[in-house]
Amino acid sequence: MSDRPDGAADSPGFIEDLLGTRLDWRRAVLVPVLAILLALMVSAVIIVVSDIDLWQNPSFDQLGDTLDQARDALSALFIGSFGSLRAFSSTLEFGAPLIFAGLAVAIGFHAGLFNIGAEGQMLMGGMAAVALGITFDLPIYLNLPLALVGGAIGGGIWGGIAGWLRAKTGAHEVVTTIMLNSIAGLAVVWMLSTSFFQPAGRQDPVSRDIATSARLPRLLGFLDRSDLRVHFGIILALIAAYGIYWLLFKSTIGFEFRAVGANPDAAHYAGMRVTTIYVSVMFLSGALAGLAGMNQINGLLFRASPGFSAGIGFDAISLALLGRSHPAGVVAAGLLFGALRAGGLDMQVVTDVPIDLIAVIQALVVVFIAAPALIRAIFRVRTGEGTGQVTKGWAS
Amino acid sequence: MATLELKGITKRFPGVLANDRVDLKVSSGEILGLLGENGAGKTTLMNILYGLYGADEGEVLIDGEPQHFSGPGDAIAAGIGMVHQHFMLVPVFSVTENVVLGVEPTRGAGVLDLKKASAEVKEISHKYGLAVDPDAVIEDIPVGLQQRVEIIKVLFREAAILIFDEPTAVLTPQEVNEFFGILRSLRDAGKAIIFITHKLKEVLEVADRIAVLRRGSKVGETVPAEATEAGLAALMVGRPVELVVRKDEATPGDPVLTVQDLVVLDDRQHPAVKGISFEVRRGEIVGVAGVQGNGQTELVEAITGLRDVTAGHVYIGGKDVTDASPREIHEENVAHIPEDRQRSGLIIGFTVTENMVLDGYYSRPYSRGIVMDWDEARKRAEELVEQYDVRTPSIELPASTLSGGNQQKVIVAREFGRDVKLVIASQPTRGIDVGSIEYIHERFVEERDNRAGLLIVSTELDEVMAVADRIIVMFAGEIVAQYQGGSVTAAEIGLAMAGASR
Repeated sequence: MSDRPDGAADSPGFIEDLLGTRLDWRRAVLVPVLAILLALMVSAVIIVVSDIDLWQNPSFDQLGDTLDQARDALSALFIGSFGSLRAFSSTLEFGAPLIFAGLAVAIGFHAGLFNIGAEGQMLMGGMAAVALGITFDLPIYLNLPLALVGGAIGGGIWGGIAGWLRAKTGAHEVVTTIMLNSIAGLAVVWMLSTSFFQPAGRQDPVSRDIATSARLPRLLGFLDRSDLRVHFGIILALIAAYGIYWLLFKSTIGFEFRAVGANPDAAHYAGMRVTTIYVSVMFLSGALAGLAGMNQINGLLFRASPGFSAGIGFDAISLALLGRSHPAGVVAAGLLFGALRAGGLDMQVVTDVPIDLIAVIQALVVVFIAAPALIRAIFRVRTGEGTGQVTKGWAS
Repeated sequence: MATLELKGITKRFPGVLANDRVDLKVSSGEILGLLGENGAGKTTLMNILYGLYGADEGEVLIDGEPQHFSGPGDAIAAGIGMVHQHFMLVPVFSVTENVVLGVEPTRGAGVLDLKKASAEVKEISHKYGLAVDPDAVIEDIPVGLQQRVEIIKVLFREAAILIFDEPTAVLTPQEVNEFFGILRSLRDAGKAIIFITHKLKEVLEVADRIAVLRRGSKVGETVPAEATEAGLAALMVGRPVELVVRKDEATPGDPVLTVQDLVVLDDRQHPAVKGISFEVRRGEIVGVAGVQGNGQTELVEAITGLRDVTAGHVYIGGKDVTDASPREIHEENVAHIPEDRQRSGLIIGFTVTENMVLDGYYSRPYSRGIVMDWDEARKRAEELVEQYDVRTPSIELPASTLSGGNQQKVIVAREFGRDVKLVIASQPTRGIDVGSIEYIHERFVEERDNRAGLLIVSTELDEVMAVADRIIVMFAGEIVAQYQGGSVTAAEIGLAMAGASR
């Protein structure tokens, strides 16, 4: 099938432009949206069948109550994430570190590297930010940039170690980053028990508070409401997303990253230094994860305690997949996961449904995303796929 | 005894008519040669026949019975066997184990009966003159024998209709002759055979009937006695084709590539190139002939900086570039057409534009600092696509949508689209159509006449003989013979390729 004319030859429109040059928008947008809908529907079923009252007292009345509860839970999920200014503020607050960490994993994917270590890199970046924040009390215009750079370098070094091991010894980054996660987790506990971090008189692993001038300012501070905690981190996350988009698609460095990711042999043949690129990608990926950790510390917690990364580094893997590793997709997915976390809190308060359901919804979304053929079959989405060659290596 | 008939097979893909009312018939005791360029629809037709695609119209008949294949399993059950170009064998298994894979004979409850299988393999091997030891391990036997194992596999499944997909691509000239003997004995035993190839000489030699596909349609059917190479080539391409490369006498100048006592190791750290020396001068084409796997790959990789040099030196234009990086070699104005275009020459998921700047992206005019200038890259890609006749509807399409010939033209355009003093090309025309081959050979001669030196490595003896001014034969990592082009016969080179001159 030479010279196969293809629908994709149409001039790129707005969405294509937004999502890079040649993504099929149906696959890039419609399938994730449908996956989310399907995940919510399945979650409703799970709420119903897991209702203990229904099992103890199976009747139509009880079934009605249970269905009401499922409806209430899902509506609480929505109201708690987008239903008010407070809810939206909460969504953005949760979204910021998710976007940073999602970008970290996504940029790894573009270069063919599977960075499972965002969690550990977050911890290291966050600890660097804590160390700076409890040491220096400079004016805010110095202290905040210092925290940003420190967080990025802390995470970057932790990611760079995995990249360096891959380049020098061939050790697979999946294995090394998982190990580095454990090391980081325990290192944090140890660091928090040292006198450098620990407040005087405390025995538990917790750090002193960082200087006020190192805290990310609240965006809605002028409204003077204590429940609107959304801070400058979300702006930084959006800037980072645009920066990564530019880097990937408009710069020579991104061209190298993508070439190495798509075909390291061809990249090597074309004169690119594949091993150097592995190290740089892992450093950059770690730096982004480090900024996610810095966000947790300087925007939300203001001090470190074990596990302050809160699983964000692992959620990042799911949301990078959901966002198809495109920065715009990662932003959208990060806001969605942020909304789920924000709404989940409300859901737990309003109904009996535990917040763990959020993890189930996230997992279902990823399962449906990973099985696009399933989504297409259920919703009968047509995409440009299916004209490819089934076998390789035949004569014509 | 079987007759296979395809009637009015039509297959549409979005925007493309891949097969247009194709009729084919092959009977027991007959070899049908199926000729066609890449993209002519041979793959699609065979995929339909093997149950991988459904036809939009038309039917497949075996002995007059309409067949409905929903997968290769059905096709195999109906007596169709396919010998693929790339062997599907487990290297560490024995011949017998490979043959029975998937249809293992058992005794009682799931106990393998390899003894019975082995006897059967021996019987098949004997019956068709295949001479394969049932207990040999695949990785220890040469490619020619491995192909016979594939044939036994198909026969073991009692195929009456055998399809061979480019079977001679991996064989030496001697092995090709033996293979033709096997084909004939299969035919004489009453098998129906479809032999897919793009090599005109081979169909003329072995086929009983020849069918030619072009752009999805059958454009001709003939018998070898009434056909000529030029006639078949014109039928395939749709216009008269120059089969002989036209060129004047070479007038070699200064050496542009000097290789001295070069030793290179293969991936398993065994010496693959064993201390060879030669020169390529400006204004000449040096062809390297040899059966695949005699050190040519490692030689080219060492010269182009992709593989470490263990000992010896490489000079390009007088400069020592031993162990230089691929980029340093590139910057010496060396064009490199790699052996495996999809593995290293292209990134098939990238657009034509991105592939056109794959090696030059880092400098002006395509970028300034780290800022890519995609407008400039697109402008350049448009020019190259135009100038090198790359057929693609848009430079924004991924390279994967192009045919093999057009993918190769993208590489040639990128590599030749600047001032070049040395060309290193490995298997430059492997698996591409006659029209593109003609085009690429013309470009080689043009570069030579522009005073570049060319090193062309090919396992296709015809190609080396057609383009080279001087021929080097490699065997087991050494240069075993050198000839002036035009003063030597294919038989002589064939013997040297088999190591006979040692």
